[in-house]
Amino acid sequence: MHNKPSWKSTFQSLLYLAPALILIGIFNIYPIFKSLAMSFYTDYNIFTGEVKSYGLDNFSRIFADPNFFRAIKNTFFFVLGVVPISIVISLAIAILLNRIPKLSDFFRSVYFLPFVTSTVAVSIVWNWLYHTRFGLINYFLSFVGVDPIAWLTNPNYSIMALVIMSVWKGLGYNIILFLVGLNNINKTYYQAAEVDGAKSWQQFTNITVPLLSPYILLVSIIGVINSFKVFTEVYSLFAGRPGPAGSALTMVFYIYEKFYTEYQYGVASAAGIVLFLIILVFTLLQRLISNRFVHN
Amino acid sequence: MQVTFENVKKVFDKNVVLDDISFEIPESELVTILGPSGCGKSTTLMLISGLMFPENGRILFGDKDVTEMDAMERKVGMVFQNYALYPHLSVLENIMFPLKMLKMPKDERVERAMELAKLVKIEGQVNQKPGELSGGQQQRVAIARALAKEPSLLLMDEPLSNLDARLRIEMREEIRRIQEETNVTTVFVTHDQEEALSISDKIMVLDKGYIQQYSSPTDLYNKPENLFVAQFLGTPIINTLTMTEALNLSSLAIDPTILKKAKTVAIRPENIFEVKDESEAFIKGTVRFVEVIGKNVTVHVDTEIGDIVATDLGFIHERGDEIMLGVNEEDLLLFDDQDLTIQRGVSNA
Repeated sequence: MHNKPSWKSTFQSLLYLAPALILIGIFNIYPIFKSLAMSFYTDYNIFTGEVKSYGLDNFSRIFADPNFFRAIKNTFFFVLGVVPISIVISLAIAILLNRIPKLSDFFRSVYFLPFVTSTVAVSIVWNWLYHTRFGLINYFLSFVGVDPIAWLTNPNYSIMALVIMSVWKGLGYNIILFLVGLNNINKTYYQAAEVDGAKSWQQFTNITVPLLSPYILLVSIIGVINSFKVFTEVYSLFAGRPGPAGSALTMVFYIYEKFYTEYQYGVASAAGIVLFLIILVFTLLQRLISNRFVHN
Repeated sequence: MQVTFENVKKVFDKNVVLDDISFEIPESELVTILGPSGCGKSTTLMLISGLMFPENGRILFGDKDVTEMDAMERKVGMVFQNYALYPHLSVLENIMFPLKMLKMPKDERVERAMELAKLVKIEGQVNQKPGELSGGQQQRVAIARALAKEPSLLLMDEPLSNLDARLRIEMREEIRRIQEETNVTTVFVTHDQEEALSISDKIMVLDKGYIQQYSSPTDLYNKPENLFVAQFLGTPIINTLTMTEALNLSSLAIDPTILKKAKTVAIRPENIFEVKDESEAFIKGTVRFVEVIGKNVTVHVDTEIGDIVATDLGFIHERGDEIMLGVNEEDLLLFDDQDLTIQRGVSNA
């Protein structure tokens, strides 16, 4: 199979790739460019596709909309909550699972279950857990003397409720990635470190963290991108509303509202482009930081 | 520091790896643990380091019982087979790592690490990462790191097995030099008998969980205590012949009662010479094959009791030559039906 690439072989392989390429082209590539174009439509007919004029009106409209800034703020809070908490908890669980060889497979499956369960189903369960009067969470909090919290109806707690559920749901995936990373660390490094006089915590900070850093970076990039896109969790946890008094309005929810309920396709596209740019900047920043700290 | 094992036993999943082993490693010497793979030599090293613990018996450092102490408390230095250099740290940081764990101030750390880098001749590469170094250089860093906290004991687990042949010879001389300069008690594990013979003050041969022999390299080679040790040491491998009528040993001055008990005869290839008189020959045969590697000529002789290899016959033979072989009685090793040595040279007769 190591033939030199020729026009013929290129054409042949394109033929094999065609089904996937066509689907990706129609549903991913084309919409990206179409929405980029749509964000500049100012006067158009959505049914005939006729565009009468282009401009920056859509962008000036979202930047004048306080809801848009609220969506950005909420999304940032969500990302800054979910990603670090999720990394710390899943790393701790992965390390524990790595140390118990017997039941590790079983627990791994248990932690992975939420990840493969439908978000809608998960949200229904959490809806009950969060219930102010009958919820299990408030019941447990009552043991430590905490008054019932209106998780889903008090605007101050809605993002926190979202964060807790999302962290729980995403744990399994991060744990699997960390377990792969931990498995790739040669055991003799720990033996060497022990002989060199490193205690468990010193072994963790001096061996595990630096040698796991590529995986920590991977998990944080995937986590940041996924969290910026949060929508289903909001929609199903708050019954199709962006939280009490719009307190859980996230960027994708904003786009969804503009597109499907207000039919402002141009504005929705413009907000989408802004979200894309934010995620792009964040990912580049992460890569830049990682070049300094991540060991390859 | 002197290391003592008293009746140490180690079991892995019901397999007895070491059975009731007792020995002593004298202070400031380089002792090699030699044996085939699976003989328990690496386990012995792990037990000394404190990375593993025995089921039975006691381990002493000097007069101190360290059986229950872990690797951190025992304060030994160790060089691993794959070096186990921390890939994310530079050479200098690797050497400083044990000192950092001891909370030594940074400037002292750097000073001490540079001293060690000079000792192992790696001072030109201190800012590189282990991945950028050759195998021999990584080996040097591993030794420097093991020596950093001035351990009372330096342990080396097959440190040369990942190096190519020439580098291996260079590094084993380096290890000997460093050991003599620092005077640290060193335990060296290997499966390579040549390495063991060239480097050690004393060699312990392990097989099947038992110590087969523990003596100086020359005694090990010249006075093996059993057939296993005789066969394990020496290249080419020692000629082992079953005692039969075909062997003519009557011309040799050997006690007939000993000869009667002997079941196996072993002769080192370099001790065989050619004789002209059939009555002086212990066996005759046909040259099957002459192997010339530089100055070394190895002659394979076909006899009625099997193949015999001789290395000191010179360049004079060709395939098909009829040849009569002789040996001096002091070079003859005789083993009884337990494979134990019953005769080694005339002096024992």
